[in-house]
Amino acid sequence: MFGLNKKDTRLMWIVITMVVFAPFILNPFPETSGMAQFNAGYPDLMQRFVIFGIFAIGFNILFGLTGYLSFGHAAFLGIGSYAAIWMMKLLTMNVIPAIIVSIVVAGLISLVIGWISLRRSGIYFSILTLCFAMMAYALAYSVLTPITGGETGLQPKLNDPRIFDAPLAAGASPKANLFGLQMGATYELKLGGWLFVINAGYYIAGLLMLAAFYLSIRIFRSPFGMMLRAVKSNQQRVNYTGLNSKPYTLAAFVISGMYAGLAGGLLVAMDTQAGAERMFWTASGEVVLMTILGGVGTLIGPVLGAGFIKYMENIVSKINSKVLHEWFAFLPDGMEDFLVAVFYPFVGKGWHLTLGLLFMMIVIFLPGGLMEGGQKIADKFRNKKKNDKDDSAQAAATPAE
Amino acid sequence: MGILEVQNVNKSFGGLKALQNVNLDIEEGTIHAIIGPNGAGKSTLLNCFVGKLVPDTGTVMFDGKSLLGIKPHEINQAGVSRVFQTPEIFSDLTVAENVLIPCFAKRDGAFTLNALARVTGETDVREKAEQMLIDVNMQDKKDMLASSLSRGDKRRLEMAMCLSQDPKLLLLDEPTAGMARADTNNTIELLAQIQERRHITMAVIEHDMHVVFSLAQKISVLAQGTVIAEDLPEKIKGHPKVQEAYLGGAH
Amino acid sequence: MELSEFIAQIVNGLDKGSAYALIALGLSLIFGTLGVVNFAHGALFMIGAFCAVTLNRILTWSHVVIDETKTDFLGNPLKVNVPYVNDWFGVETGAAIIDWSVPLAIVFSIPVMILVGIIMERGLIKHFYKRPHADQILVTFGLAIVLQEIIKFFYGANPIPIGAPAAFAGSFDFGTMFGFDPNTIIYPYWRIIYFFFAALIIGAVFAFLQFTTFGMVVRAGMADRETVGLLGINIDKRFTLMFGIAAAVAGLAGVMYAPINAPNYHMGMDFLVLSFVVVVVGGMGSLPGAVAAGFLLGILESFASMDTVLQVIPGINQVVIYLVAIIVILTMPRGLMGRKGVMEE
Repeated sequence: MFGLNKKDTRLMWIVITMVVFAPFILNPFPETSGMAQFNAGYPDLMQRFVIFGIFAIGFNILFGLTGYLSFGHAAFLGIGSYAAIWMMKLLTMNVIPAIIVSIVVAGLISLVIGWISLRRSGIYFSILTLCFAMMAYALAYSVLTPITGGETGLQPKLNDPRIFDAPLAAGASPKANLFGLQMGATYELKLGGWLFVINAGYYIAGLLMLAAFYLSIRIFRSPFGMMLRAVKSNQQRVNYTGLNSKPYTLAAFVISGMYAGLAGGLLVAMDTQAGAERMFWTASGEVVLMTILGGVGTLIGPVLGAGFIKYMENIVSKINSKVLHEWFAFLPDGMEDFLVAVFYPFVGKGWHLTLGLLFMMIVIFLPGGLMEGGQKIADKFRNKKKNDKDDSAQAAATPAE
Repeated sequence: MGILEVQNVNKSFGGLKALQNVNLDIEEGTIHAIIGPNGAGKSTLLNCFVGKLVPDTGTVMFDGKSLLGIKPHEINQAGVSRVFQTPEIFSDLTVAENVLIPCFAKRDGAFTLNALARVTGETDVREKAEQMLIDVNMQDKKDMLASSLSRGDKRRLEMAMCLSQDPKLLLLDEPTAGMARADTNNTIELLAQIQERRHITMAVIEHDMHVVFSLAQKISVLAQGTVIAEDLPEKIKGHPKVQEAYLGGAH
Repeated sequence: MELSEFIAQIVNGLDKGSAYALIALGLSLIFGTLGVVNFAHGALFMIGAFCAVTLNRILTWSHVVIDETKTDFLGNPLKVNVPYVNDWFGVETGAAIIDWSVPLAIVFSIPVMILVGIIMERGLIKHFYKRPHADQILVTFGLAIVLQEIIKFFYGANPIPIGAPAAFAGSFDFGTMFGFDPNTIIYPYWRIIYFFFAALIIGAVFAFLQFTTFGMVVRAGMADRETVGLLGINIDKRFTLMFGIAAAVAGLAGVMYAPINAPNYHMGMDFLVLSFVVVVVGGMGSLPGAVAAGFLLGILESFASMDTVLQVIPGINQVVIYLVAIIVILTMPRGLMGRKGVMEE
């Protein structure tokens, strides 16, 4: 189905199911229970899951297939954001032009930066992309303030031209919408103790992520994708095989830049603001982390990695000492205080510490990321099952003797 | 007139003159061996044919066109394939993919943005690659990763990759180095078969005289960067200059 | 441009250039000896700065004494915090010790940093020698996050100002020495000291590599590790110590930088990116290249910050380093002074 083989079709269905039912899957705990803070099924976070999923899927097309490690991809996300916000200021609050233009602009800029940076490879390529991204960041804060809003960033204002939209009533705030359907529109479904939030913005972003994911499967399975993997494996042989590696890598770079632009445009569609901090090099580092954490070069790994990091960021950072005390309340006081003191540095404001440690663990023990980890566990399970079967077969055979 | 004509090629690295006034003429449809002691400049010469090095002076004409100053992939697209001294294959890819890639390169040219085509849907290319693997007797290994192959199999795979492009000229840099006797004989047989069936012109650099004299229809001897003899195999055997180059004038 | 202004800009660029040079030197040393791309090197610089903070805290550790002779505004006897050092060494010496806490921290930080470096190398980095550079970057990046979060946990997120000794407060009127008008080239004393200190450390590292047997082995190992290993010399042990030394160099750069810029937990990351750019511009694996590029880029940055330049090209001060780096990487395959065969594609 979809022009995919059986295995990929199954994967596609799994992802579709995950995206469609995310508001339910991510809210497993009743609203009033103590575990409710582990629920991730609220619109803001779900939107981030799918948007950063798109970002990571795109990054994986470059890094996972060609092996070129860009350390400046956040620049394209930021550029996409600025492009989108300007469409909202100039044309309309409808998200369609914003999203299309963010992809196009990010694509054009990544064409220029890629064309220059791909003259070198290895660490030199990484440093070149890093330099370009840092330049974009620094300029957005200084010289380009008229376009970027400098430190305050940009938001749609009441008095923006917006030539396609009817003028807003005084005091009303411009809201992002899709032909009138507001991104913020939500329907709250109460089932017993559970509260599920169905949000329009999430499903629009989710739909685009599914499209992005589908496209990435197609690229992975195409001759083009095979050539990219060949570039990663042995660039010398690629050239002596009559293939020009430069346009291949450049195409991959531009495609991943466009994915980043789409992610940036969607971020704006959801929260209608753009700022330069999205382009800082740590933001570029974050997408590298997501991809590696999930599994470089795997199809679904980057999506999982993005979800994992965003979940940690939002959930672990919300745990404070009060919550910890509640958890360990059943223990004797001394023990409780001790455990709270042990866990406290890792949660709340210290969640970066958890992230850093986790990250080191993964690079040290699971260089293939979460996907490889899952594979290993699955293999163990399968072997065990097989052994069990052998055992039972033997057991069955014994009495006959 | 030969398919590859090399005239007055000079190349030096710093003070070292690696090639001095090299002239070479490879006839279409023949197997031409280039032999010579270590350091004679054989690999340097080959590198000048594929765009890895550019000679300081001189011309390299292939099929009537100059090969100088054009990029490796353009030279390959013109019809020159090369087998390296140490196998250059796509280690992280499967054997089948290793052969599919040159087949695609042959059909689609140096760059095609076929990002939405499916490898599984390209039956003509797949059939061609499959046939090639059968020809080199590797069809049972097609799903293995290329990195897990034995050294001899890696060489055969690289040869299959080059042959699948139906090159007009195949350059082989010591195709049997490090092979066991049986493997060497298989390779000789394979190359002879290909030459007979497809009439591909080949230039072979080789140390193993058994291979050279089994295959070559013409031999050029390179010593200290110059061609000291070029003749039919039987004449090269007794050539005084050649013996001098190899044995340091003991005869 | 006036000559005095020209000189003023060069001098201005020296202190930042010194910091770049010192961090880049350590980075290059680690890359050259161990072949490891260390993204945690900025964190070592930051830990150095916090060594200065820590020593200052230790020295100012005090107990409360009630001074009966004075009263506070409520009429109660005045409570005074008296540092223990005052009790031990007398009030005057005690005050002097506290005043000189940053220079004293140099002595304090060397063993600490060498230890930190050795633990890092033995505990983590050594397992990554054979792994691809991408893995090394990622694991050290993770380590950098962990280190800075630990510092943040103990010292908080706000910058902690630390003063230079009072003797070095104020500025030095450079210009008058060379016959310029007063106040044309003025420069804070501490920055002059920072520059000379950096020059001293750089000189010491080079002398160590050049004139000691240990240094000779390390240099030989940098050029060809396998051969040196075949000679029966235990190169690993020396490389471990070399990592400790590189950590100490970064740490010292941090200690002395504390009075220039109040230490905060993210200062390592701020310097890391620039130092990497410096290393690449200088040429991967080249120690003189790293030093030269550090000073060069520091001075360039200072020139780009001049009003006359900014009027012509607005915002250039923010991007000049990156711009120069891009040009160098594109036009010089091995950077300014890179060795052949190191990290080439």
